[in-house]
Amino acid sequence: MRTFVELLFSGIALGSVYALVALGFTVIFRASRVINFAQGEMLAFGAFLTSWLVLSEHLAFWLALLCGLAATCMLGLGFQAAVLRFALGRPDFTVVMLTLGLATVLQSLIPTIWGSYPRANGDPWGPTAAHAGGIAFAWDQIWAIVTALLALVAFFAFNRFSRYGLAMRAAASDQEAALALGIPLRRVFALAWVLAGLVGALAGVFLAGYPNQLDPSVADSALLAFPAIILGGIDSTTGAVVGGFLIGVIQELVAGYQPQYASWLGHDFYTAAPYIVMIAVLLFRPYGLFGSRPAERL
Amino acid sequence: MTGTRRARLARPLATLAVAVLALILPFMVDAYWLSQLVFVLIVALGALGLDVLTGRTGQISLGHSFFLAVGAYTAGVLGGRYGLTAALWIPAAGIVAGLLGALVGPTALRLRGLYLAIVTIGLVFIGQWVFVNVSFLSGGPGGESLPVPVFGPLSFSQGLRLASLDINRDGLYYYLCLLLLAAGMAFVWNLSRTRPGRAMAAVRDGEVAASVIGVDVARTKVTAFVVASALGGVAGALYGSYLSFVVPTQWDLPLSIEYVVVIVVGGMASMWGPLLGSLFVVGLPALLNEVSSSLPFLATGSNVNGVISPTDASAVVYGILLVVFLLAEPRGVVGLGSRAAGLLRQPAGTTAPTPASTPAADATQGPLRAPHRPDQKTKGEAHAS
Repeated sequence: MRTFVELLFSGIALGSVYALVALGFTVIFRASRVINFAQGEMLAFGAFLTSWLVLSEHLAFWLALLCGLAATCMLGLGFQAAVLRFALGRPDFTVVMLTLGLATVLQSLIPTIWGSYPRANGDPWGPTAAHAGGIAFAWDQIWAIVTALLALVAFFAFNRFSRYGLAMRAAASDQEAALALGIPLRRVFALAWVLAGLVGALAGVFLAGYPNQLDPSVADSALLAFPAIILGGIDSTTGAVVGGFLIGVIQELVAGYQPQYASWLGHDFYTAAPYIVMIAVLLFRPYGLFGSRPAERL
Repeated sequence: MTGTRRARLARPLATLAVAVLALILPFMVDAYWLSQLVFVLIVALGALGLDVLTGRTGQISLGHSFFLAVGAYTAGVLGGRYGLTAALWIPAAGIVAGLLGALVGPTALRLRGLYLAIVTIGLVFIGQWVFVNVSFLSGGPGGESLPVPVFGPLSFSQGLRLASLDINRDGLYYYLCLLLLAAGMAFVWNLSRTRPGRAMAAVRDGEVAASVIGVDVARTKVTAFVVASALGGVAGALYGSYLSFVVPTQWDLPLSIEYVVVIVVGGMASMWGPLLGSLFVVGLPALLNEVSSSLPFLATGSNVNGVISPTDASAVVYGILLVVFLLAEPRGVVGLGSRAAGLLRQPAGTTAPTPASTPAADATQGPLRAPHRPDQKTKGEAHAS
């Protein structure tokens, strides 16, 4: 029972981070029908910048985090303004490949700038934990859950109640109609990239917290958010959050129990498990749990 | 009409010139560049396969490294453990990878576009987990050594002496890869001009429209998957064999992405695209490695005193190249070539540039050239305004 609570807790912590990453993918997909394959690298960029500001420039963590978030937003905005703007109206494939190009560049630049050795993420709580009922809850995980929940609530409020949230929802449901109604699509796209940078960088900082460290492979964790967005349905923000939590919990439970109860599945089964779940779900629901099935038309 | 006749002659002549150059190239370069050329040919062969799936059929796959791995491990088991001849394990690598492609294909059929891209990423991760754990096939996490090709009395490790010509191990690999690549290119070229190839292009340009005119979409996609995986498998077997030792972690997502970059930079759905792209993507790091000592901002060898390592520098360069090509010349290096040819031809003023009338130009229409669908067009204009 104790193990179960511990695993469930770290699963929820991991899931809340995945939910943030998945939200980043979904926001961009809803606005511009594109999967941003550079999300992982954007996340790593934010985390590395924050860590560097704390460890080398001795900034306070919260200040560094703000700078990291702002810089990652600027990165997303810059990519939209300098590259993606010129790809409007091109086939989806082109835009996806453009994000892969950004991913390739960032993937090489990050270790060049900050080195490829593991480093601390710069948070002030480090490996400390709160104890309750004989169970240790790492502060990093508690903060991850709290921050993610706050960010998610803020996002949904923004999406539901603000003018730009309305514009984003309109663009997601029908771009041409939105344009005809005078919604500034370019600004909506730019906003989507800013939001994706924001949630991405937040996720990056918490992914690199205790017991993990920060190294360039943190970008790969974004790949584990893919099962989350597919599970939830790529164009559904609710789906992204539900999928994120599901994948996080599944991954932690598998990592905790599989070596003991299903050792025949071998090492590191938890890295493959989310994808196996994803493929199983897709066989029955090709557009995920909450996704919308596109109408086909000649 | 002299112009058209000249144009008709120019193509086979150019092909002949490339073939002759390819044959004598090993004698003109040093050992380092010869080994890089072997990699160029192997990557071109793998990219040729991916191009059938992505460039010609329009299905984005990021799982190509899985099929490369399957080919490599087939070679390891058949050629290494059982000591079979390369005349068996090279085709077997293609067949096993192709069969797995046929198994995965139908699963992927239910999905389209970006969903497929993500599921194929899943293939890479599940594959890595399998390769780490099924050690009787892959040697486990510690890796597996792969055999050198042996054809009867001819062993690649010993080299070959033909009259006064000495061909060493790398030279033999070069010619073997060249032969297989040429065969593969001829196969894909023929495929693109026959019924299944036309069906692939139809599926790429509009799936619903293709099914309306009677194309069996499911079958076409599975065919493309099988051809892509089989060519990937052969390339993987050669790659692993040339490296002589492979570990599960090397069949990762960046490797898949590299192949996608190759076909985009080279020019999708074109005959020479995969080879040209491979020249770029493999040749560029090699070139940067060579000149790293004379460029101030590059690190030399394993010494990291420079600002950026040649590998990272070349990744940055090809990431930027990818972006530049996609925005400025979506047809890739091949498109640059035909643009240059057009410029050369124009001053003569003999032929009107009518590329669409020749089957060759027809075949160079990749997925990056927006299909002529009215709804797509209005959508594009809507975006742009």
